Amino acid sequence: MPNNLMQQPLAAASAAAPNWLAAAHAEARERWQAASLPTRKTEQWKYTDVSAIDREFVPGRAVSVDAAALDARVPDCGGARLVFVNGHYDPALSSSDPAAGLHVARFADADESQATLIQAHLGSVVGMDRHLFATLNSAALSDGVFLQVDAGATVHAPVQVIWLTTAQTEAFAVNQRLLVLAGDNSAASVVETFVSFEGEAASFTNGVSEFVLQRGATLNHYRLQLETGSALHIGGVHAHLDRDATFNSFHLGMGSDLKRIDIVIEHAGEGAHAEVNGLYLPRGREHIDYHTCMEHAVPRCTSSETFRGVIADAASAVFNGRIHIHPQAQKTSAILHNRNLLTSAEAQINTKPELEIYADDVQCAHGATVAQLDELSVHYLRSRGISRDEAQVLLSFGFVNELVNAVRSEALREFLRHLLAARFSRDGAALTQEADA
Amino acid sequence: MLVIENLHARIGDEDILKGLSLTVKPGEVHAIMGPNGSGKSTLGHVLSGRPGYEVTAGTITYNGEDVLALETEERARQGIFLAFQYPVEIPGVSNMEFLKASVDILREHRGEEALDAVTFMKRAREACTLANLDHSFLKRGVNEGFSGGEKKRNELLQMMLLEPSLAILDETDSGLDIDALQVVAEGVNNMRNDTRSFVLVTHYQRLLNFIKPDYVHVLADGRIVRSGDASLALHLEEHGYAWLDDEVA
Ligand SMILES: Nc1ncnc2c1ncn2[C@@H]1O[C@H](COP(=O)(O)OP(=O)(O)OP(=O)(O)O)[C@@H](O)[C@H]1O
Ligand SMILES: [Mg+2]
Repeated sequence: MPNNLMQQPLAAASAAAPNWLAAAHAEARERWQAASLPTRKTEQWKYTDVSAIDREFVPGRAVSVDAAALDARVPDCGGARLVFVNGHYDPALSSSDPAAGLHVARFADADESQATLIQAHLGSVVGMDRHLFATLNSAALSDGVFLQVDAGATVHAPVQVIWLTTAQTEAFAVNQRLLVLAGDNSAASVVETFVSFEGEAASFTNGVSEFVLQRGATLNHYRLQLETGSALHIGGVHAHLDRDATFNSFHLGMGSDLKRIDIVIEHAGEGAHAEVNGLYLPRGREHIDYHTCMEHAVPRCTSSETFRGVIADAASAVFNGRIHIHPQAQKTSAILHNRNLLTSAEAQINTKPELEIYADDVQCAHGATVAQLDELSVHYLRSRGISRDEAQVLLSFGFVNELVNAVRSEALREFLRHLLAARFSRDGAALTQEADA
Repeated sequence: MLVIENLHARIGDEDILKGLSLTVKPGEVHAIMGPNGSGKSTLGHVLSGRPGYEVTAGTITYNGEDVLALETEERARQGIFLAFQYPVEIPGVSNMEFLKASVDILREHRGEEALDAVTFMKRAREACTLANLDHSFLKRGVNEGFSGGEKKRNELLQMMLLEPSLAILDETDSGLDIDALQVVAEGVNNMRNDTRSFVLVTHYQRLLNFIKPDYVHVLADGRIVRSGDASLALHLEEHGYAWLDDEVA
């Protein structure tokens, strides 16, 4: 066992979990006992120090939260909303939306047929052997969200799942789990938002989201990592794409001392397509690490991936983009772009494309760049009266704008514009709207 | 009033300006002509405080203030505007955002009320029309993918919105078609008044048919070697710069 860090949360989870999870628990615990925490010598963790979580955590406690304070921090997309506070489902903050073809259940109160479906798919997407923290997640599982979209159904309003962490006196752990089962030719959207209220004690959210996209399914997924301060997060997004399925996944990382997200997409049926875009914007002494992996296991699939980072102050970021094209995956098209803007001399980025291509008839384009602020651009802006600080803001905003504009959901686009305007401290959002008028 | 006295400036260890003096009074239009590489753009860069240019001697004052002691943005806030010979492309930052940020700060500095978004949009669209740029240019990235002529007209657009008291136009007429040249000339002429001054850097007498200058100067080898009225430009057009060499030497 890595250490005692999760003893109490694991015990609490055992007590709270539904019976049918017992088998999954036992297996995951066995693995976890045998594992050790990654160090800087572990290849996948070379640039991310996890010593901040090498401590004891207590389970998260349910506390009551002011709805308005939460609403001010999260997008409003209409549709069903599930809110968890310190890992506990909060019915008062949640709302349902009886959309045809959509079934939302929590593991804790799943009916028999749902429990059967969950058991059939849970853990089928994430490779436990390769993801230690997913193992921990399964070992500590007591509740989670199950979304099922019926075959052929189109659900317009995005389902929102919000995980809020808020003040507790001792450092606490939260176990987040999502399972999405998108039926044949269905279409739906899911927004995962992680947010924290400033507290003195550290929190550690360990998240796993699994997406099963059956034939021809389309799923738009958004994952916003907005936790601040000592709200730490290690999470994984794992998707399995069957024939002709499309997974569009947007990521935003900002705000806290440690964030590590693994995104693994498995193209398992011909004609599957994944588009993954992301922004990471650490500042101060924050650290954000995105590890992505496109597994192309069958022919004629496509993937397109663009990540951009603006790294300010003494912050650091890691981007590791792996593309794995198996020998039989002929006619694959895989594109990966990563661009980074360092706005201070102390800012750091480690970016690495990792290509493993074993098929010969494929198209694969990749590139990673790291740039400083362009002095001539800064001068041009200043020559129009704009201060150096404001110029930096404009140029940083400009750098990420393209990806924000590409976000499919209008409500989310607006939310992001305002969020980033505030992050870059200006009021550009209203203006862009005006220009569209 | 702009007063430049005995200005010496260098890039790296290359001396470019070598004792340039020039006085521009409120309401005046000065044209500066001169051979390639003589230092015309360098003068503009030094006035705007561009990094890499070192002033080794001389002074520049504007309305009595020591320009060289001011940051680039402070010079702009004092009313100095430079239309760049080579405007800079800034992808991702919309022209609109850029113009709004600039207009906001300049108005604030002049003690004027902030423009609400609607009023600003209206003015920006009007300026676009005057600069003969489609309104869609407001949404595009600053100069991003603009043609040479469109970049020049975008500089004109900025000048019209920012309303400087001193505008230096560095070859804003170069690379323009005949109609666009008229647009630039009209833009300048509409803005001319008793207090606003212009310095037009140009290679072509043609522009001066449309904008009648009060003075024409020849800048050669880092100095003003000749000054006169509009007729000097006609003389240059006919005889080139060679005849000046004999006189300077
Ligand atoms: N970075 C640099 N290092 C060295 N010399 C430079 C540098 N930048 C410009 N120069 C030189 O300074 C001189 C003056 O250039 P400037 O751009 O001011 O000329 P100009 O009069 O504007 O010419 P043009 O009519 O071609 O625009 C030129 O000889 C040019 O090569
Ligand atoms: Mg020049």
